[in-house]
Amino acid sequence: MRSQLRRARTTPLFRQNPWQPVSDFPPLLEVSHLSKHFGGVHALTSVSLRAVAGRVLALVGENGAGKSTIVKCLTGIHAPSSGSIRVDGVPHVFSGPQDAALVGISAIQQEPSMFDDLTVAENIFVGAQPQGRFGMVDWRAMTSAASGILDRIGSDIDPYATMKSLSVAERHIVSLAQALSADARLIIFDEPTAALSQSEIQHLYTIIEQLRDAGKAIVYISHKFDEIFRICDDYVVLRDGMPAGEGRIAEVGKDDLIAMMVGRTLTEIYPKTAAEIGDVVLKVSGYSHPTEFDDVSFHVRKGEILGFYGLIGAGRTEVMEAIFGLKGRSGGRLSLDGKPIDIASPAAAMKAGLAYVPEDRQHHGAILPFSILANISLPQLDRIGHGIFLNARAETALVEAFAERVHIRASSWHQPVAELSGGNQQKVVIGKWLATRPRVIILDEPTKGIDVGSKAAVHETIGQLVHDGLSVILVSSELEEALGICDRLMVMSEGRVVAELERAAFSSEAVLAAASRGNT
Amino acid sequence: MKAMTPNREAVLSLIIVAIVVIVIVRAPEFLIASNISNILSGWGFLAILVMGQLCVLVTRGIDLSQASVLAFTGMFLALLSQSMPGLPAAAFLVLATLMGLCLGLVNGALVSIVGIPPIIATLGTMTIIRGLIFVLSDGAWISSHEMSDAFKAFPAGAFIGVPQVFWVALVVIAVFWVLLNYRRIGRDIYAFGSNPHAARNAGVPRIRIELLVYALSGAAAGLCGYLWAGRFAIAYTQAAEGREFAIIAACVIGGISITGGRGSVLGAALGALFIAIVESALPYLRISPFLQTAVIGAVILFAVAANARSERRPGRQILPRHKQTTGEVK
Repeated sequence: MRSQLRRARTTPLFRQNPWQPVSDFPPLLEVSHLSKHFGGVHALTSVSLRAVAGRVLALVGENGAGKSTIVKCLTGIHAPSSGSIRVDGVPHVFSGPQDAALVGISAIQQEPSMFDDLTVAENIFVGAQPQGRFGMVDWRAMTSAASGILDRIGSDIDPYATMKSLSVAERHIVSLAQALSADARLIIFDEPTAALSQSEIQHLYTIIEQLRDAGKAIVYISHKFDEIFRICDDYVVLRDGMPAGEGRIAEVGKDDLIAMMVGRTLTEIYPKTAAEIGDVVLKVSGYSHPTEFDDVSFHVRKGEILGFYGLIGAGRTEVMEAIFGLKGRSGGRLSLDGKPIDIASPAAAMKAGLAYVPEDRQHHGAILPFSILANISLPQLDRIGHGIFLNARAETALVEAFAERVHIRASSWHQPVAELSGGNQQKVVIGKWLATRPRVIILDEPTKGIDVGSKAAVHETIGQLVHDGLSVILVSSELEEALGICDRLMVMSEGRVVAELERAAFSSEAVLAAASRGNT
Repeated sequence: MKAMTPNREAVLSLIIVAIVVIVIVRAPEFLIASNISNILSGWGFLAILVMGQLCVLVTRGIDLSQASVLAFTGMFLALLSQSMPGLPAAAFLVLATLMGLCLGLVNGALVSIVGIPPIIATLGTMTIIRGLIFVLSDGAWISSHEMSDAFKAFPAGAFIGVPQVFWVALVVIAVFWVLLNYRRIGRDIYAFGSNPHAARNAGVPRIRIELLVYALSGAAAGLCGYLWAGRFAIAYTQAAEGREFAIIAACVIGGISITGGRGSVLGAALGALFIAIVESALPYLRISPFLQTAVIGAVILFAVAANARSERRPGRQILPRHKQTTGEVK
């Protein structure tokens, strides 16, 4: 198996089939009635699609529609619960990613998972390093082959550079080079432009067209319509894990696609609650960091929801971490209620009245095996201390007050957080920080990875917070969410603030254009 | 190879040279032949052990059982030389390596197949193997006159005036250098340690790698076990007890990341040299023998802490490079 894989990777790139016109290739990949269940959750239900060599298929759907699950089934990471995957008409059951690579299926992930400590060349040829005499790894051949592939896709990345020194966009390029070195015939791009600037996106289009003309089948996952209409030939729409439409891009309009994707209108999902907006509470000026962000300035007022929108890796989380004292900075000032303050640690930030709910609640937010009670009282233990023991009654009283404010649904305050749904876990984390009585609460992707119903509940909670006079900074990668509930929106790109929009000026076109404009 | 950081190794070399110069200025007798010979053999033992440990650490594991494997193999072979005095040194070398390899495979199986965390698995085998030495020897020592001459001749001998242990270490280092830099499985070890999840997706065989690194670590310890028992002409139950700390410290000082993925053969060898020199220098600096152990511990902790500071990574690369307008903290 392994040796076969290695052999497959040594065949030349862009192999053209000389006796067959490009458009008449038979379907390279045929997926029929694919379903995938995780326990009781139906991630995919009877989805079918065909990818043809020399054509680009758009896989469209909202977050959580099942796009990533289908990619994982196609690349052998998940085993489908039912349905078949045929490659060149032959049914295949993949027992692992190597099997998928063997038949020529390769995926470029949204945030490619690579080997940070190894060189670019090694990342491209991992597991398939060219060997010279006595089976020795031939470093020179590997590096020159890597430069060859990178050249062909018009990149000047140094093959000797270590992976960790590359930007997100460059990591995508290396990931693509890796797929090409494996002689992939079907290449899946999973929202490849999420972290790319406009010029990089144009470059990517050129690469994709080149691959398409060389007879590769491309599956292009995106929810950006301009990209889909620019690059794709066919489409398949998914909604809640089910097929919601398919056909040729030339025969469909943007509104039709939206209707298939969403099945409902935006105002239903994002009700905006009115809150009274007061004076400026927090003012940030000129925050800078050597590699992550530069000259970030903004302010947030009382009762206001300030959104931070940007592509993945635009530096939003890094800015928030710096404000909360989790990360150093090379410059910048902060003032609260007009008085300058210096925040050097999370403890100082909490004392000043800031709260930060991080993006990854599993790792940074909640302590899953602990009860709701223990989670919420954690940042407060010094306040409810009583001699050397904790005052259980004070703890319960404190928790009840705040857990009720965010409407956590649980059988008891002693239930472990791990047993709650994603939305309720998020509410516990928010409740925990509310208990520190903050003035400004920073929510980093609070609805990432939770279902639509829970999202609405979290948005309702956010509405309640500003109604009570807090200021909320909401970092969101979901455009509809950002446009739906924010009062003002800062758009970041490549570590800088590139636009500031008032609610009256909100439009998805303006935000997307700003976010992908880049600084170059 | 190219991925490793030559700067770190250059800095470590300079620090070692500086220490040697300081010691020589304070105590010129540091340079006498017998002491240099001791340093070279001390380095040899440590370097061989460190090569095995390096492979394990790169995969995000740890092998605490090396010192026990060393003592067990030494005892077993000493007893063997007693009962079979005709065996040549080459047989002992091969047997020691194979025996260590088998013990290491047990660690590898516990970690990769049974799924026990490396620190617990090897802590367990460390204790079990140490206990088995008592069973093997009934707690008795095997001293010089009970061993065969062939057993002692090679490890205690010298080639062009330098202890054989040193030459064996050079061979071992060369083998690991080729393995880790020029064999696919070696590069797979780095890939696996750098990102196990992505390595799995790239078809890197996890179980085979984990079995291999613990087997290599055991083989290195087994080889050392024979050389140790032969050179010091004694096998006893407490041999090398507590050397785990020196081994792992040598790795960390040599720039091997405890969190996996990073570390070079050259760095590990230099880390071992650092420890060997510091350990042998203290008596010449007239530091009380009662204090020496504590001083060594402190020096090692200091070096490791200095290393940890230099390992801190800068943030992600988000801003376009060479274009940033840096501000000052106001």
